[in-house]
Amino acid sequence: MLAKRIIPCLDIRNEYVVKGVNFLNVKEVGNAVELGAEYARQGADELVFLDITASHERRKTLVDLVKQIAAHLNIPFTVGGGISELGDIEKLLAAGTDKISINSAAVKKPDIVDQMACHFGSQFVVVAIDAQFKDDKWTVFVNGGRIATDKELFSWAREVEDRGAGEILFTSMNHDGTKNGFACEALSSLAEQLKIPVIASGGAGNMHHFVDVFTKGKADAGLAASIFHFNEITVPDLKDYLINNGVVIRK
Amino acid sequence: MKIAIIKYNAGNIMSVDYALQRFGIEACITPDHDEIRAADKVIFPGVGEASTTMQYLKEHGLDQLIPSLKQPVLGICLGLQLMCAHSEENNTPCLGIFKEKVKRFTPKAGEEYITKVPHMGWNSIDNYRTDLFKDLKTGQFVYFVHSYYAATGADTAAVCDYITPFSAALQKDNFYATQFHPEKSGTVGAQILENFIAL
Repeated sequence: MLAKRIIPCLDIRNEYVVKGVNFLNVKEVGNAVELGAEYARQGADELVFLDITASHERRKTLVDLVKQIAAHLNIPFTVGGGISELGDIEKLLAAGTDKISINSAAVKKPDIVDQMACHFGSQFVVVAIDAQFKDDKWTVFVNGGRIATDKELFSWAREVEDRGAGEILFTSMNHDGTKNGFACEALSSLAEQLKIPVIASGGAGNMHHFVDVFTKGKADAGLAASIFHFNEITVPDLKDYLINNGVVIRK
Repeated sequence: MKIAIIKYNAGNIMSVDYALQRFGIEACITPDHDEIRAADKVIFPGVGEASTTMQYLKEHGLDQLIPSLKQPVLGICLGLQLMCAHSEENNTPCLGIFKEKVKRFTPKAGEEYITKVPHMGWNSIDNYRTDLFKDLKTGQFVYFVHSYYAATGADTAAVCDYITPFSAALQKDNFYATQFHPEKSGTVGAQILENFIAL
């Protein structure tokens, strides 16, 4: 049976993985290449690298970093953060990334999803969606959750699926950082409406939250950052816990 | 040990090369017929679409070269599908090394949700046949990303079940192929690549 995936997310600044309670208090926790390889050894099913200092000048450095990560990793990995041009995407793929995650660029210019799927195949295209539940609806935000758009979560997710996205990475801004569990109700609706896999992000605080996200939330993968980086939960312990709770997991 | 990776218009060539580098092997990535023929082992990787890739192989004479190779050959993902007789993807006649036919997964309503296509992620494999799986326990998880699959048949060397049982691996004579990506399948995938190198 197809296993549910556990995905540590590494926010990278220069070649360091950083994670802070907020972006003003960034705390470096280690070298991105080494930390990535360590997660792979521990049994992570996939990794996501988000470049939080994304800019044009950084793009060349990022390509070099991707080459190093690819050389050391024997599991699939996704790279995201400020990526908006096909030329950049081509360079990142040639460097060895398995998937590219786009967020704001897709909202601003939805055609980029079609172009990416057509050029590189749907399996390369992860569309990340940050959304906030307020006044009875889920509103999509861009620029790292700073700017509200006129898009609604479910219709936007269906639209990018039609345009050729291979996966959706949904972050609930209401749940992110709370450690009170994932947005299972919204995730379950997404899973029912979409034919592509959904990666759940935002709210992981304990191991049972992952049981909930795979059963109640019907997610295909669960993503988290700080709980793994600060060793509050280790990947092997989490996998044992999920298996003991009847979730299909790769060991 | 000289390993040639067939270079053509497909993605994912670098990750196979990186995987071999982790074993200390410098592979030669080449479209050159003489270099491919002279190698001890040949890897035919690939992510892409069947008809345009077959067209490319024909234009470069690789459709004749690949089936004529005598050393161990390992096809990966689209490589496996192109080594079959025919693919439903744009109704494409393929290399015909394996008799099996390639079909598209049809999503079906499951107990809780629609079984999704592409088949993406880690799935377990069993019914191993061939030395590619030497020293591996049955039921190991490996990484798949695909919308088309080779049906099971005489050349099936490992089986995976997703919507329907299909060929996770095929083998006939010196030709080996995996639908999953051994270069992305953790330590299990590394063992499979090492087993291929040791053939």
